[in-house]
Amino acid sequence: MAKEMEITMEKAIDLNPVIEATNSVDISKATKIEAKDVNVWYDDFNAIKGINMQIKPNTVTAFIGPSGCGKSTFLRLFNRMNDYIDSHRMEGKIKINGKNIYKRKVNVEELRKEIGMVFQKPNPFPKSIFDNVAYGLKIQGIKDKKLIEERVEKSLKQADLWEEVKDKLKKSALALSGGQQQRLCIARTLAVEPSIILMDEPTSALDPISTAKIENLIFELKKKYTIIIVTHNMQQASRISDYTAFFYIGELIEYGKTKKIFTNPEKKRTENYITGRFG
Amino acid sequence: MNSIQKNRLKDQLFKYWGMFSTLIGLVLLVVFIGDILIDGLGRIDWSFITNLPSRKPEKSGIYTALMGSVWILLFTAIIAIPVGVAAGVYLEEYSKKNWLSGVLEINISNLAGVPSIIYGLLGLEVFVRIMNLGASVLAGSLTLSLLILPIIIVATREAIKAVPKSIQDASYALGASKWQTIWHQILPASGGGILTGVILALSRAVGETAPLIVVGALAYVPFAPENPMDEFSVLPIQIFNWISRPQHGFIENAAAAIIILLLITFIMNGIAVYFRNKWQKKWK
Repeated sequence: MAKEMEITMEKAIDLNPVIEATNSVDISKATKIEAKDVNVWYDDFNAIKGINMQIKPNTVTAFIGPSGCGKSTFLRLFNRMNDYIDSHRMEGKIKINGKNIYKRKVNVEELRKEIGMVFQKPNPFPKSIFDNVAYGLKIQGIKDKKLIEERVEKSLKQADLWEEVKDKLKKSALALSGGQQQRLCIARTLAVEPSIILMDEPTSALDPISTAKIENLIFELKKKYTIIIVTHNMQQASRISDYTAFFYIGELIEYGKTKKIFTNPEKKRTENYITGRFG
Repeated sequence: MNSIQKNRLKDQLFKYWGMFSTLIGLVLLVVFIGDILIDGLGRIDWSFITNLPSRKPEKSGIYTALMGSVWILLFTAIIAIPVGVAAGVYLEEYSKKNWLSGVLEINISNLAGVPSIIYGLLGLEVFVRIMNLGASVLAGSLTLSLLILPIIIVATREAIKAVPKSIQDASYALGASKWQTIWHQILPASGGGILTGVILALSRAVGETAPLIVVGALAYVPFAPENPMDEFSVLPIQIFNWISRPQHGFIENAAAAIIILLLITFIMNGIAVYFRNKWQKKWK
């Protein structure tokens, strides 16, 4: 099974030339992500079963699969957000730019500045719009007001929110609409200048118009960032992603170019899921 | 009578029973306060607050006891708040969930139920005798701090539990350390709840009598405390002392002092309610 999977993957994405190049290139432009023999347990429950995967820089990769298939758990491995779950245990390697982020001496805070995350429900801090975006900088000890102001403006512009909020930066972020809040959360993530952005069903709590805005945003962002997005929405995965990974009960069933997965999947189970026969 | 009518009757019966039960407490409180007001209101004037205690009831005042209460309150707050909040934060955010933390948790809840006189005995032995602090403001404050610590710890934990997990996730995901997340997100968000718990705990401390009597607070002190090592009296002890006197004048004094004490606790509880409402609004 595992062998078969790796073959599928290699066929699907021809990684090697890019990887060679990344080592000498500006990190933020080309961050390579690699998962090796990753297993995750919650107590006795094997939530992730021996997953191997490589993700190309400056692409959007969609994780799809039925609820409870482990895709969110897998996503949260890349910025070690599962560390806070007491029963959580992880084996294997996650390499980012060739460095295993699960080594003991890794500074998790530093890692998370490099790898941003946007969550399922918009979760702005109960602070002003400005303070929300500035938070990541302030906790880094940046005191330069001008720099912070510039970065806040730039991030809000990148998240396509600036025009809507520029006159009320001091107002509470909780007064924004759900879609605006989610774009604020994206701006907040961008302000730290990560190279990878993890998105855990970022539009599942939003209306279609807000969803479209976020999807457009993702399209823009992939020029600069590597994006991994968990989604339950097949259309969304096919619209915005370059690569798609299909998970089922903790296993990576199929992984490849989105076009191929959605038009001509190799596995019967992938096809069944995509065509809506289960899940 | 069909079943719908039966249910409706039960509904009505319970409603009136509930109303009656609520009224018992309320009516008793109103009667008590009314009685006290009738007895004591006439006695309250500025000199009652500024006079020292005296053998003559009409010359007696609550100055030393009131100042004693203020000192005790101040030092109890200084000692109990940082310790209680820190312990609450530790238990909620740092300690691993295992059998030890379970035992700890149950015992802290149990401590909240230990009779206050037991704390008085503990304070007498540890602070007054072993630490040799004497019957001082400091010894009394330390004793009351122990008494209200469990309340503050439990309130802090409850307040922290109410902070949405998503806020913490967001903070961690931006590269914040645990301490930064606690300081910038968790404490501000749970501040209202913690403050409410702290004020309620302190208002309980203000009314405590038994542990301070055991520690050695005096019924008659001719001076207000000037430093933490001074001897002291507090309002409840002053009230207790006056009530046990035979002269009618002292009964009036006691009623008047009760009014002052009630006023202090009502104001404190009012502040607690105010902060709770203010914080709740912020979260909506």
